[in-house]
Amino acid sequence: MSGPLLSARALALRFGPITALDGVGADLWPGEVLAVVGESGSGKTTLLNVLAGRLRPDAGHVWYREPDGHVADVHAMPPPVLRRLHRSDWGFVQQDPRAALRMDVSAGGNVGERLMAAGARHYGHIREEAARWLEEVEIDVARMDDRPGTFSGGMLQRLQIARTLVTRPCLVFMDEPTGGLDVSVQARLLDLIRTLVRRLGIAVVLVTHDLAVARLMAGRIMVMQRGRVVEDGLADQVLDDPRHPYTQLLVSSVLAA
Amino acid sequence: MKGYNFAYLDEQTKRMLRRALLKAVAIPGHQIPFGAREMPLPYGWGTGGIQVTACVIGRDDTLKVIDQGADDTTNAVSIRRFFAKTAGVATTTRTVDATVIQTRHRIPETPLTEAQIIVYQVPQPEPLYKLEPSRAETRRMHALAEYGAMHVKLYEQVARYGQIAISYDYPVMVNGRHLMAPSPIPAFDNPKMHRMKALQLFGAGREKRIYAVPPYTDVVSLDFEDYPFRAGRAPHACALCGDTASYLDEVVTDDRGGRMFVCSDTDHCATRRERVA
Repeated sequence: MSGPLLSARALALRFGPITALDGVGADLWPGEVLAVVGESGSGKTTLLNVLAGRLRPDAGHVWYREPDGHVADVHAMPPPVLRRLHRSDWGFVQQDPRAALRMDVSAGGNVGERLMAAGARHYGHIREEAARWLEEVEIDVARMDDRPGTFSGGMLQRLQIARTLVTRPCLVFMDEPTGGLDVSVQARLLDLIRTLVRRLGIAVVLVTHDLAVARLMAGRIMVMQRGRVVEDGLADQVLDDPRHPYTQLLVSSVLAA
Repeated sequence: MKGYNFAYLDEQTKRMLRRALLKAVAIPGHQIPFGAREMPLPYGWGTGGIQVTACVIGRDDTLKVIDQGADDTTNAVSIRRFFAKTAGVATTTRTVDATVIQTRHRIPETPLTEAQIIVYQVPQPEPLYKLEPSRAETRRMHALAEYGAMHVKLYEQVARYGQIAISYDYPVMVNGRHLMAPSPIPAFDNPKMHRMKALQLFGAGREKRIYAVPPYTDVVSLDFEDYPFRAGRAPHACALCGDTASYLDEVVTDDRGGRMFVCSDTDHCATRRERVA
């Protein structure tokens, strides 16, 4: 029973006259980090949403291999099944943690929500697990009962990661997880995500416009331009020896510090 | 009353309400939308309850109306007088004599019977309303029985107050399936709803929703395994009848800190005092 965890073929999606996705295919293997890079408007986030089943493509398929080996068409799943998947085996990390977190609920409550949604009904256990995950993402457990509104941007993003990983998903979608953070916070967060992802063997689809983030995190990189995948390969290969003119342009336009 | 139909509402409206009620009884705890009418009563005073009462009451019924447990407050008196006038039905303040009881904020202390219907006035029928602002989304959550968010609220209570501190409108699970707002009755009354012999109907006029709990249906208050539901009451005896098990109101008697605790259910208190006398 082996094969890609997530696999997409011939995805196409248009928003009126705009082509957001045009014949996009991708394979994601268990435990692998795949970065989708490209300039803004190239269809990265659209691709992420289509892969996660949040957005229905005009054509093409996305298949997910369930833990029992059964392969399911993501867009043919009944909504309750897909929602359950999003609450348990999958995770979604958004660029803006404020949109994902419950801002009027304490940090512990935020982390515990997915556990309670999965049926946990023992307060003590939920709290222990939440405290453990706050430690994992380097948030002081003393801040557990504080509202996220009192947290810094970096802490909010780490809280979102704890909240997502608490059910031990096997697949996490990340949309610019380090966007909007200053460089030192970004580095620390990336380091944290990389450690957790490696240790837990989580497969990640990471959308970013930042090639440095892609190099640090990803094993494989997909370069997108105007809704098409123009280059696809091992991270080092794509970044050190770009073949497509657009990738060459992207790589050469990175500012060296 | 001349110029008005029996029990104020026209027959078509009552049919519409009864259809909604039948659906509500068929799916315990599920909110059914209905076309609430303008009533000669402000929103928040029981427009939902009064419409439900109007469509279930018959000429032979005896009506009791309570507000916060009392039969003698403005709201209770006006609604009772309204039906005495528009339907000509007998009214009572005695729980045991009533066949239809319309209530705001309480369930009578005397256990209800199969021959009785209790109608609750509901301000906010959606238990998830404070957690999820979108009604489309709460409907989806009900449809899929996704009630994890409600426990987040309970978690917050324990984290902040060391216990579940919801004192009224304490969320319940009906028939093991639907999350339901029991209307703003004290949590103390929640256990009375569980497997109650009487039919329980809920009307929310402003929000235009009806829901119901048929007799002998499971109604379980949400809680945690290690923080079980507890029905709280003031730790006193009633100053009038001495009851130590009924739900008490705190009444301020002067401006020097004087106060007394009395039964909130006036009929229960009066009956106990009669028995002693």
